[in-house]
Amino acid sequence: MSNLTVSLSPHVRSENSTQKIMFSVCIALIPALVFAVYWFGWTVLLTVALSMAAAIGSEALMQKILKRPITVSDGSAAVTGLLLAMTLPAGCPWYVPVLGAVFAIVIAKQVFGGLGDNFVNPALAGRAFLLASFPASMTSYLPVADAVTGATPLSSEFAGQVDYLQAFLGQIGGSIGEVSKLALLIGAAFLLIKGIIDWRIPVTYLGTMMLLNLIFGKPVLDAVLLGGTVLGAFFMATDYVTSPVPAWGRVIYGVGIGVINFAIRTWGAYPEGVTYAILLMNIATPLLERFTRPRKYGEVKRHA
Amino acid sequence: MNRVRSFAGGIHPLHAIGHGKGLSAGLPIEMLPAPERVYIPMSQHIGAPCGPCVAVGDHVKRGQKVGEVRGFVSAPVHASVSGTVVEIAPHLVTGGSMVPCVVIENDFHDEWDESCLADPLPLERIDAQQALSAILEGGVVGMGGATFPAHVKLSPPKGAKIDYLLLNGAECEPYLTADHRMMLEQSARIIGGIRIIAKALGDPACIVGIELNKKDAIAAMERAAQGTGIRIAGMPVKYPQGSEKQLIQVLTHRQVPSGKLPMDAGCVVVNVSSAAAVYDAVALRRPLTERVVTVTGAVAHPKNLLVRVGTPASALVEYCGGLSENVGRVVSGGPMMGIALFDLSVPVTKGTSGVLALTKSQADPGVTTNCIRCGRCVRGCPMHLLPYELCNDVEKNNWAAAEKHNALDCIECGSCTYVCPAKRPITSSIRIAKRQVMALRKKK
Repeated sequence: MSNLTVSLSPHVRSENSTQKIMFSVCIALIPALVFAVYWFGWTVLLTVALSMAAAIGSEALMQKILKRPITVSDGSAAVTGLLLAMTLPAGCPWYVPVLGAVFAIVIAKQVFGGLGDNFVNPALAGRAFLLASFPASMTSYLPVADAVTGATPLSSEFAGQVDYLQAFLGQIGGSIGEVSKLALLIGAAFLLIKGIIDWRIPVTYLGTMMLLNLIFGKPVLDAVLLGGTVLGAFFMATDYVTSPVPAWGRVIYGVGIGVINFAIRTWGAYPEGVTYAILLMNIATPLLERFTRPRKYGEVKRHA
Repeated sequence: MNRVRSFAGGIHPLHAIGHGKGLSAGLPIEMLPAPERVYIPMSQHIGAPCGPCVAVGDHVKRGQKVGEVRGFVSAPVHASVSGTVVEIAPHLVTGGSMVPCVVIENDFHDEWDESCLADPLPLERIDAQQALSAILEGGVVGMGGATFPAHVKLSPPKGAKIDYLLLNGAECEPYLTADHRMMLEQSARIIGGIRIIAKALGDPACIVGIELNKKDAIAAMERAAQGTGIRIAGMPVKYPQGSEKQLIQVLTHRQVPSGKLPMDAGCVVVNVSSAAAVYDAVALRRPLTERVVTVTGAVAHPKNLLVRVGTPASALVEYCGGLSENVGRVVSGGPMMGIALFDLSVPVTKGTSGVLALTKSQADPGVTTNCIRCGRCVRGCPMHLLPYELCNDVEKNNWAAAEKHNALDCIECGSCTYVCPAKRPITSSIRIAKRQVMALRKKK
């Protein structure tokens, strides 16, 4: 009877795994991808494939160079590649997703130690890099109807001309994955029901944006129906690695993203601001965690 | 019954398979025939080991003391069968260490020692002092797994006021149903034991906490408790509901101050099976020589067995039809806090609540990845610690940080490790941290 395994308790583990979580995030993005194909055509799949392949490939290569175990099977690089592609305009040149994904994985993730040690969201870091490097490609959106390539509906030239129903369904200019709020919400509901993401971050983020719009007399629904706020709130800001763990930390983090995003959209030179709002709050995460540590059991006065 | 609110944190281990309880919850307690030889370890409790008080060749009767206490925090051990002492030597026990055991060859006469044959004492005539000495003599320890000597727990220092006697009928460990069957079938003994303990503690309020997945046990205990003033509380099903600190919080809304004992919150917590053992020891004058053990998991026929202390685990497994072919691990106790066995020769002791066979795939820890900071361990921690942070402290050998991050408050329930999708050995890491922090404190 020496073939028994002996180890410390607990002796059973939950069914969950890092790989399953990453896979679920990919599944949750499928509705948005389907809508994107419907509105923009098959080329979006090429962009997505390039981005994911570049992310997975550069992760494996980087780990090989750094003599780390190759862990692309955990799915995190695939998620980064997919998320980055979702933030790109349909029809962007092939090198845009490739360079963005390589930057995301090599600079934002592996250089800092790989999965779990990166301090900013790799996909958004990749997007920020692309925005700075290829401003023209990154802001010329493919038309969804029979219109011409144009600016984002968030630009001032579009003020007051947006049909909310079209925006909700995705019949609106924008990045591949951000246009259909309906599809994103279906995916988000899946992640919420499966307990993969916490409601606190998206709810406080979007709630803050809408409240500020209300206070400053802007159309309230612009906050959620225009631009990438829904994609950002449910799929980017909820990134485990770069958001605070304690519940109250998450609330403050969500509010912070909302405030910064509103400020950028209202007073900034840049019409969108989701990327920078989330990246800035990523940086504040360690600080938020320090101030929102839960009070441990037993920190009480003596009875009797 | 009054329902109570749950504690913050905690998990639902093996929820998908009904916490594994369905295998044995409906099966009445069966008596396992006493084996040919019993191996009675001299240490079946937390505290000083006993010294053998019999010699090889002696004839002993059931209930006769074979190991005497050596120290205050200790509990004597007794022969669980009548027969001849054939060996006093170290044997492998649960936990992997070699402990001196008195080995008795069973003569199958099952004669009780004279000290056990006196007439039962009516509960009304028992006073506190009598009760305590009988509990000590009876070798009663905490039977939920911690095996703390009962007479020590029930002798609070002078000046300590005990407001609550809490009975632990949570049995929150997946798979285990021993306490469940005890409450269902032996509720009168348990209630009798509670009344004795309450007397010893100066009549505090008595509450029996039972998880709501044991409705039949709740009903049985309520019937048995009628007219005694003992309250039955239905607790939400959540692990680790049966942990002392969480039980106290749920039943009394008090918290045990960090680093202190339940007594400091005015509470004493006793397992329901231990209460039955107290009744036997005090009213029936029969020491603790048998207990109910759930044999379950990947065995042919799971059962709840009444087992003599000292019976090798292999005898239990055999009686239940043997292990399935794909068993990869056998655990003494439950899957969350039990102890994995090296082999099945180890004897059942007073603290053995279950023998659980897990298949290779069940016991497979899975692929470890980097921590993804998902926060599941934090939500699951019943002590409201940040387990992932402690795990990181240990990886960096940063014991000062581990101490600052309250490593010593960890109750090692395993919730964090269970829920971790990155399959990190968090609980084990924190155990290392606790040991290091304690060692460093001693040096200072």
